[in-house]
Amino acid sequence: MTGHRTQNTDKKSPGSGFRALSSISRPVIIALWLALLFLPFKGIKAASILFAVLSTFIFLLRFLLDYIKPLKEKLHDARAHLTKRLRITSFQTEGASLIIRYLLLLFIISVPFFARDYFIDIAILAGIYIILAQGLNVVVGFAGLLNLGFVAFYAIGAYAYALLNTKLGLGFWTSLPLSVGLVTLSGFILAVPALRLRGDYLAIVTLGFGEIVRLVLNNWDSVTKGPNGIGGIEPPYLFGISLNGLSHYYYFILVFVALSVFIVRRVYVSRIGRAWVAIREDEIASSSIGINTTAYKLYAFAFGAFWAGVAGVLFAAKMRFVSPESFTFMESVLILCMVILGGLGSIPGVILGAIILVMLPEMLREIQLYRMLALGSGLVLLMIFRPQGLFRSSPLTRAVLRGGKGVSFRS
Amino acid sequence: MLELNNIHTSYGPVEALKGVSLKINQGEIVCLIGSNGAGKSTTLMTISGILKPRKGSISFMGDDIVKTPPHRIVEMGVSHVPEGRRIFPRLTVKENLEMGAYTRSSKLKVKSLKFKDQLDKVFELFPVLKEREKQMGGTLSGGEQQILAISRALMSEPKLLLLDEPSLGLAPIIVSKIFKAIKGINQDGVTILLVEQNAHAALNLSNRGYVLENGMIALHGMGEELLNNERVKKAYLGE
Repeated sequence: MTGHRTQNTDKKSPGSGFRALSSISRPVIIALWLALLFLPFKGIKAASILFAVLSTFIFLLRFLLDYIKPLKEKLHDARAHLTKRLRITSFQTEGASLIIRYLLLLFIISVPFFARDYFIDIAILAGIYIILAQGLNVVVGFAGLLNLGFVAFYAIGAYAYALLNTKLGLGFWTSLPLSVGLVTLSGFILAVPALRLRGDYLAIVTLGFGEIVRLVLNNWDSVTKGPNGIGGIEPPYLFGISLNGLSHYYYFILVFVALSVFIVRRVYVSRIGRAWVAIREDEIASSSIGINTTAYKLYAFAFGAFWAGVAGVLFAAKMRFVSPESFTFMESVLILCMVILGGLGSIPGVILGAIILVMLPEMLREIQLYRMLALGSGLVLLMIFRPQGLFRSSPLTRAVLRGGKGVSFRS
Repeated sequence: MLELNNIHTSYGPVEALKGVSLKINQGEIVCLIGSNGAGKSTTLMTISGILKPRKGSISFMGDDIVKTPPHRIVEMGVSHVPEGRRIFPRLTVKENLEMGAYTRSSKLKVKSLKFKDQLDKVFELFPVLKEREKQMGGTLSGGEQQILAISRALMSEPKLLLLDEPSLGLAPIIVSKIFKAIKGINQDGVTILLVEQNAHAALNLSNRGYVLENGMIALHGMGEELLNNERVKKAYLGE
């Protein structure tokens, strides 16, 4: 079974052209290319050092991978053998993974007790991006519709809360459904004209939508205060307590993240999710088996926008300040990168992708100038070595239904 | 069962069907033959609602379905096996079949068998699919993919099956196997409209046939009648 799968992906992966090249020349070419990218920034000396380091590193990596593969298979066989001999039931192995999961949960819950404020702050940001990436994953990963203007929904959500709160004095809990409703509606409105288009054309229209929203926010001075942004937004209140402190807000976001993961997963394994998968795989075939493609594409857009709206409201409530600067095209690209990095259509993958891409810039703060370069080359390497993303998503629900067991690094 | 009356369908300004009328009775196998670009696939797509006709009427079991959206037409019992098979290559054989049963959970659909029984029935009809159950659709051979596409359409328990060139790109021996299977499906009570380039095999299989030329029905008659027709012989059978 595993043999079949690997073969299958090997055949499909865009990297297969590369595979024809010998295993020695390929790392050299990759390193050379990256070194050339580096050249204009650091000059010939640094570039050549980079080239030398990268070519040996990639070569070693490949060597290691080739070495590890049979080792892993052996290990797998040995484990199966051992399980058989010791009569470890699947219940027990499941118990082990359950323990790991509980430990992870414990870690997530206990973060505010040991972490510095700085870390909690980043964790909150990561939480907001997880919700955003989940939303985009619905549109791009599940339904296969490329949306390059996703940040527009995020912006509408954030501004809706900002305006409702500062102009009308509405509280968080009244504004949340209103703002999210508005965003969902705007998702529908964008989807109606956009769904006549496919592929690249759809991407361009959504890109345009994103820019229009940002420009409106930037120029509609009388309402949005233009580039100055809106300040003085209230944080949410819960049972009369203002969620002002970082650790409070951390748990608050955590609840929303858990909710988003739960709901997105439930929808994915439902009839709707199944229709999305069919549409992503082949639109004509899905209409021939009786799926209302227009309606389900519309749902995907609106459902994705819904989560962007939630994230936007949470963002505005956290920052207590919104300005058009936070909603540029780069933001859309960043969210898309999270989804692609983690693995299109994989829920755990998208969570990991969002965490990595939020944490990475913080860790690379020292070499700030080269952050985008590192991100770019990282994505290129990812596309070469693991085009399906960190987590491979199984096209259908089989993995999700079995508690995500099928979704793993195993290939 | 199905009746097309003076159907006109166009792609933008180009008119592909210029008044097609045809009739299919319950339990028949009817074939539609014609050369490339005659409008065979367009006719099927118009019936299944993917294309909307500019003029004319289509009635299925007494209901007018011209304005019915495609997914509703599937629910009514018309299954379309599109040209070029179009299975889901990244889903397993079983998942492909499950997808085919998509309309079964809708309330409108009247079903006689449980999902599991329908699946068993399809596996019985095509044991090769049972063997390949867990394999990705894309790894099947062309013939097996065609079988899968037909089976997927059968999963919705159709009353009328529209087949668009099931012999496309397959070796003659596989074609004859598939045609035998089509006959079997028909004997099981499913009415079949078959679109084919392979006129000889199609006419042999069918009760009746229509010949489509430039978007119009040029000839129609019993299968054997058409096989012996001079015009058909010259144009399609190469005699």
